[in-house]
Amino acid sequence: MTWEYDPAPESRAIANLKPTYRPFVDGEFVDGTGEPLKSVNPATEEVLAEVGTAGPTDVDKAVKAARRAYDKVWGRMPGSERAKYIFRIARMIAERARELAVLETLDNGKPIKESRDTDVPTASAHFFYHAGWADKLEYAGYGPDPRPLGVAGQVIPWNFPLLMAAWKIAPALACGNTVVLKPAETTPLTALVLAEIIQQAELPPGVVNIVPGAGDVGAELVNHPGVAKVAFTGSTEVGKLIQGSLAGTGKKLTLELGGKAANIVFDDAPLDQAVEGIVNGIFFNQGHVCCAGSRLLVQESIADELLDRLHERVATLRVGDPMDKNTDVGAINSRDQLSKIRELVTSGEQEGAQRWTSPCPLPEKGFFFAPTVFANVTQSMRIAREEIFGPVLSVLTFRTPDEALAKANNTPYGLSAGVWTEKGSRILWMADRLRAGVVWANTFNRFDPAAPFGGYQESGFGREGGRTGLEAYLDV
Amino acid sequence: MSATTTHEFSDATRDESSLRRFLHGLPGVDAVGLEQRSAGLATRSIKKSSKRWAIDTAISMVDLTTLEGADTPGKVRSLCAKARHPAPATPRVAAVCVYPDMVATAAQEVAGTGVEVASVATAFPSGRSSLRIKIADTEYAVEAGATEIDMVIDRGAFLAGRYGQVFDEIRTIKAACGDTHLKVILETGELATYDNVRRASWLALLAGGDFIKTSTGKVSPAATLPVTNLMLQAVRDWHAATGQHRGVKPAGGIRTTKDAIRHLVAVHEVAGPDWLTPKLFRFGASSLLNDLLMQRQTQLSGHYSGPDYVTVD
Repeated sequence: MTWEYDPAPESRAIANLKPTYRPFVDGEFVDGTGEPLKSVNPATEEVLAEVGTAGPTDVDKAVKAARRAYDKVWGRMPGSERAKYIFRIARMIAERARELAVLETLDNGKPIKESRDTDVPTASAHFFYHAGWADKLEYAGYGPDPRPLGVAGQVIPWNFPLLMAAWKIAPALACGNTVVLKPAETTPLTALVLAEIIQQAELPPGVVNIVPGAGDVGAELVNHPGVAKVAFTGSTEVGKLIQGSLAGTGKKLTLELGGKAANIVFDDAPLDQAVEGIVNGIFFNQGHVCCAGSRLLVQESIADELLDRLHERVATLRVGDPMDKNTDVGAINSRDQLSKIRELVTSGEQEGAQRWTSPCPLPEKGFFFAPTVFANVTQSMRIAREEIFGPVLSVLTFRTPDEALAKANNTPYGLSAGVWTEKGSRILWMADRLRAGVVWANTFNRFDPAAPFGGYQESGFGREGGRTGLEAYLDV
Repeated sequence: MSATTTHEFSDATRDESSLRRFLHGLPGVDAVGLEQRSAGLATRSIKKSSKRWAIDTAISMVDLTTLEGADTPGKVRSLCAKARHPAPATPRVAAVCVYPDMVATAAQEVAGTGVEVASVATAFPSGRSSLRIKIADTEYAVEAGATEIDMVIDRGAFLAGRYGQVFDEIRTIKAACGDTHLKVILETGELATYDNVRRASWLALLAGGDFIKTSTGKVSPAATLPVTNLMLQAVRDWHAATGQHRGVKPAGGIRTTKDAIRHLVAVHEVAGPDWLTPKLFRFGASSLLNDLLMQRQTQLSGHYSGPDYVTVD
């Protein structure tokens, strides 16, 4: 018997899409002096809207407005008052959750069920969580009266556009800083709706500024002398450039960069749930996740069985229209990213890894890539070392816990790791020795505003979220 | 213990300690992960023709049940009439499910219609009696015309770790059933952990149960989506190992179409499309049928008709 699910598309009208979006500077939406960019729906390749970008003078205006707002209002406002504004933002995100989710899916290509069930609720939760800290900073463990830093210049990636904006803005505001944020070039829309929310929440002008644009705008922002703190989430390559250019300036810096996380499955793991965790680890958000579990390390005694189960499960993933409520894997965010994934997959085949790709049908238009699993991968292959940032899993095997550990740590990155075993002592043993900022045990890709997130080595430094995350925005 | 098991698990059932080793060697179940997956499946959006198909399929999978001390022959006859013909132009249900003393009445009512007569047996619902009584209970139902037997396992023996006793009991009842289909009720609400549900599922499959069934409906919680999910994994794995198809029956607590469709999504995506048939999946339910009929009406007419437009039994 066959049972095909009928299309269950979310309504596009809910996104309230406008033909043009503009930068948000000093409390107003302004015409940017940069060359406007066109934001594209990666699932259909249609242009969604034209977005004004910031030129150098707009960045300068934004930083100065932020500084004024910091000096005159926000930096000296009691925490209990700041909290009211931040709570208001959290509530307004929740109230407009559906609109934001649909807009995010149109602009980014991620499935509506992910923007609806993960991105938007978690973004709101970050504002709620940090609103609570605003009047309790003296109890955060950073001294009796920790002070803010000033203007925070923040640059965020395209994989979780609204959520990353929330991760950056909420702690900055809670600690008393003001913000100039640059959203990613391919996904600026939800950040600009967030600007609208911030305007409606009546934050004093200049407290939050959003300056869309490409990498040059980001460079202008982080190098602006008026910026006291830089927070960047994105590629390791750009992170290194930023770190280089900031050296000696006295600006405080946190970087959240790439990753090549190991998801380690021992032979006593809860197998069905491990399969789910592997799938969630690498195919969630099309694998566009810096902490994606892109390397599966599986104990050799269960490797064949696990791979069979994994193939069976991955073949059931529904790839296609991101607006369909039953889609599990959506569109790759851009043509550039799709070519990068294809190039690395070709290298995997050439280097002798065994490729398996889900037989799922793909839409004819748009940027799509079928979930792919490489077996017989060795440490030296590019697909085991380089971040693919797509729905491609590399499977390696190990025999002993020591070997698992050695392979897992054998990477210049160190953002996250997963350990699957029913043995609690082994979880602790591994977690102690894994060089990764987050170690998940019998789960993967779980996020909470109260849990600090960040990396080791070339995955960056500094933490976001939790009490620890406040440090980045305080003068301590 | 019996040595007549011929499939590849014959080693596992050779003696009590082999059985224990086998059951305790099954992969563990992570509760958080299982519940997360079930919650994920529950977000599937089933619309239009796929929904109409799901409703009709669910109707055809219902074991329409009445298991009350106050059951009367009249009530059972009325239930059978509903089972044969739930509403105009709807499929008939899979079976009626009654106590042994009502089997004869039911068998007479559904004879020749394709509706099966299921009877609970083995000192249902608690299973607290001697093996002799349980066999007699089963034989009584079979002789009266039951085509399916829903037995309960001895949860006391299972929880105490006397797996061999539970295994033997299922085999003995299976023998007493002859050709009659055997569903083994695990009463998952009393098994306390998902690990136990997995072990009990395998134990019942090893002992020859044609179906594994969640609950009696007399204990809360009864059927939940994670438990059904887990039992579907067991029959899927059983099929992968032996090539045999065995069935799953969630019973108790499934009252709405929405819930039923969520279970069907789990059947579809966890066990696979093969299991989307009354031969391999049933709903043990009484009030579910009326909700399915109401939703069916809504799908066809475009408006909601209300509970006065379906029959109470």
